[in-house]
Amino acid sequence: MNEDERGSYAPLNSNPKQRARLLAALYLAQEQYGWLSSEAIQYVADKLSLKIGQVQSTASFYSMFRLKPQGEYRIQVCEGLSCYLVGGAEPILDHISRKLGIQSGETTPDGKFSLEVVQCLASCGTAPALRINDELYERMTFASIDKLLESLGCKI
Amino acid sequence: MPVLKNISELNDFRKQAKAQLSDREDNKLTIILGMGTCGIAAGANQVADAVRSELKKHKIDAEIVNVGCIGMCHNEPLLDIQQPGQPRITYKNVKPAMVGKIIEKHLLNGEFSKRWIYGQLPARDGTTVEGIPTYAELPFYGKQVRIALKNCGIIDPESIEEYLVSGGYGGLEKALFQMTPDEVIEEMKDSGLRGRGGAGFLTGLKWEFCRKAKNTPKYLICNADEGDPGAFMDRSVLEGDPHALLEGMIIAAYAIGATEGYIYCRAEYPLAIERLKIAIKQAYTFGLLGNNILGSKVVFNLKIKEGAGAFVCGEETALIASIEGKRGEPRPRPPYPAVAGLWGKPTNVNNVKSFAIASQIMMNGADWFNHIGTKKSTGTAVFALTGKIKNTGLIEVPMGITLREIIYDIGGGVPNKKEFKAVQTGGPLGGCLPAEALDTPVDFDSLTAAGATMGSGGMIVVDQDTCMVELARYFLTFASAESCGKCVPCRIGGQRLLEVLTKITNGEGTLADLDEIERISKYMQEGSLCALGQLTPGPVLASLKFFREEYEAHVTEKFCEAGVCEGMFTYEIDPDPCTGCGLCAKACPTEAITGEKKEPHVIDQSTCIQCGACYDVCNFGAVLVKRKHELTVIEPI
Ligand SMILES: Cc1cc2nc3c(=O)[nH]c(=O)nc-3n(C[C@H](O)[C@H](O)[C@H](O)COP(=O)(O)O)c2cc1C
Ligand code: FES
Repeated sequence: MNEDERGSYAPLNSNPKQRARLLAALYLAQEQYGWLSSEAIQYVADKLSLKIGQVQSTASFYSMFRLKPQGEYRIQVCEGLSCYLVGGAEPILDHISRKLGIQSGETTPDGKFSLEVVQCLASCGTAPALRINDELYERMTFASIDKLLESLGCKI
Repeated sequence: MPVLKNISELNDFRKQAKAQLSDREDNKLTIILGMGTCGIAAGANQVADAVRSELKKHKIDAEIVNVGCIGMCHNEPLLDIQQPGQPRITYKNVKPAMVGKIIEKHLLNGEFSKRWIYGQLPARDGTTVEGIPTYAELPFYGKQVRIALKNCGIIDPESIEEYLVSGGYGGLEKALFQMTPDEVIEEMKDSGLRGRGGAGFLTGLKWEFCRKAKNTPKYLICNADEGDPGAFMDRSVLEGDPHALLEGMIIAAYAIGATEGYIYCRAEYPLAIERLKIAIKQAYTFGLLGNNILGSKVVFNLKIKEGAGAFVCGEETALIASIEGKRGEPRPRPPYPAVAGLWGKPTNVNNVKSFAIASQIMMNGADWFNHIGTKKSTGTAVFALTGKIKNTGLIEVPMGITLREIIYDIGGGVPNKKEFKAVQTGGPLGGCLPAEALDTPVDFDSLTAAGATMGSGGMIVVDQDTCMVELARYFLTFASAESCGKCVPCRIGGQRLLEVLTKITNGEGTLADLDEIERISKYMQEGSLCALGQLTPGPVLASLKFFREEYEAHVTEKFCEAGVCEGMFTYEIDPDPCTGCGLCAKACPTEAITGEKKEPHVIDQSTCIQCGACYDVCNFGAVLVKRKHELTVIEPI
């Protein structure tokens, strides 16, 4: 998505509508840098002539903004209803969490994997589902998860 | 195509589009593919590739049209074939490998693979093929009345021409050129339409409040933040018929006097956002948005705002804060958005379906609409059927239909010979109802009186294998995570409730905890500043009310009858239905099951890890969930 579509950076002013561009700008920054570092936040604040505190406060509220660096493989476990009803969600998250030694929202020290939960991935018919980067994996079992993680270079 | 400067240009354009479409129907083979998020997730893209290569192979010339979701997600991917002048025939659960056969038989040999066919939509002149049920004859569609979903899965959502041919923008034409804004509002009030976003407030009245507000400019917002687990009604409208939403919004803008509008759409709906963008662009191109709409003095500009993953932003005041670029925290009302909303100006917020239905009301009149449904809940309700139900998908039914009709006649009941246990409506802020309540009519007031809510359209069916305590805990986890933390009852209350429920599902609960649930809930309902905190205890309270025995079994006997809560049950094989087929023994990962062939098998409790593999594979219902201590009781001979 380009700047134009996300809302262009018109001249800086004190117009309250300026802040309305913030979510779109944060998305853009995140797309560019992968996550929202303090430099990225500073940059966005400068561009929109907002206070750093304003940008931080908004960025920290929404779950889709990542305030920590992400792993090479971003594992997103679906905690939607269908996945939950077939025994997915929590047990799967716990299982991966034990394997990687990180909690949801964290990244492994080697920077390889990060783990998080998401809402419905639209694979309800083939639940439980998870997503790694842009790839969808369905009908997961502990065994197929182990295999998958191993194929991505997870030891143990 | 130039801007349409008046009604006659609109009508000419519609006529032209109609001629083109009829020409296609009469002369060209058309293949229609269901390309909603659900269809794509089920493999529609691969089916489309297979279709293209088969057509090429046989040198068949055909038009391939993508449509949105028609509602039967359990049958996706769907492929329709429409030969010139013939009915449209739907194949279900199509796999790429089936495409060659379908095309060969259907197109080259003129035969139908009936096994794979779901149904047919009659041709324009009513022609049908014998031996194939029409949609109207199918139980899934027979009881439906489609207003908000009228075009979903039928027309190409990326074609404004197809929308126009379906009668689209006719409601707008009527509103702009035959009615004053006040008359539009009167018509909406007469229709009795109540908002489809959950609270069920009269849409016409809401528009009137905003119209009467003195301040300017006025804003119009469409709430497309649909975040309930198991809900995808709004997504289907956005993906399948985006112009219906735009038309409703332009009508509302005219009625209220709003000049600027926003569609706040959750970022998790990329396809919906894509189709909305296309529709908005088309509407601008044809002069249906922007300055001087259809040559009138009406001005309305529309933008999309993407959310960023916060369920609470579906609440209207939080949504407004989010559009402003702030944290999406709700604030107490009043002042209502109609008085002070976006940037402190009068603002009207409606749900996607409310707008889509409004355009139909303008087109067909208030009387047409208020004769559907019940007196106090007019029209139709859209539901996303999910969970343990045979026909999962999206349906639209007249208000007043019973839950039983929806779940059994349309939904096909609970699959795998399991028993129905409960139905949850209104998602994480709604409530559940037991089997005894299945004859409750589905309308705003009856559902609320029964202990659930209408909500925005999620309908989740659960069976005997679902633990009601654990389900309540799931919804509570979801809702309490959304508390913005500003008010204490919501923040602390939600946490405390979650702790109590977790304690119970861990087998550490006491009877006093059940009273504690009620106490905390009351405190949250009465003390929370916004609807989130007030509604969060709803599902727990309803489930405690209707399934108290199950809660009591958890705390007094440490028994989970659904076989869900860890350590609170055992599996046992009932020798009577057991045929000794040995499937369970094969499935058991710890080799805890033994028995001779054709003789009843037995589970060794010391090695069983309660993984449930035997329970899942048994075809005879012979594996039972039992209380732990029951095992030690030796039956007298
Ligand atoms: C926590 C919470 C979440 C909500 N989520 C939605 C939503 O996703 N979509 C929606 O239309 N309304 C939602 N609502 C209701 C809105 O606040 C508002 O009532 C609705 O958008 C009004 O539209 P209507 O009059 O057309 O129903 C939510 C309310 C609460 C308290
Ligand atoms: S709930 Fe997990 S994919 Fe839908």
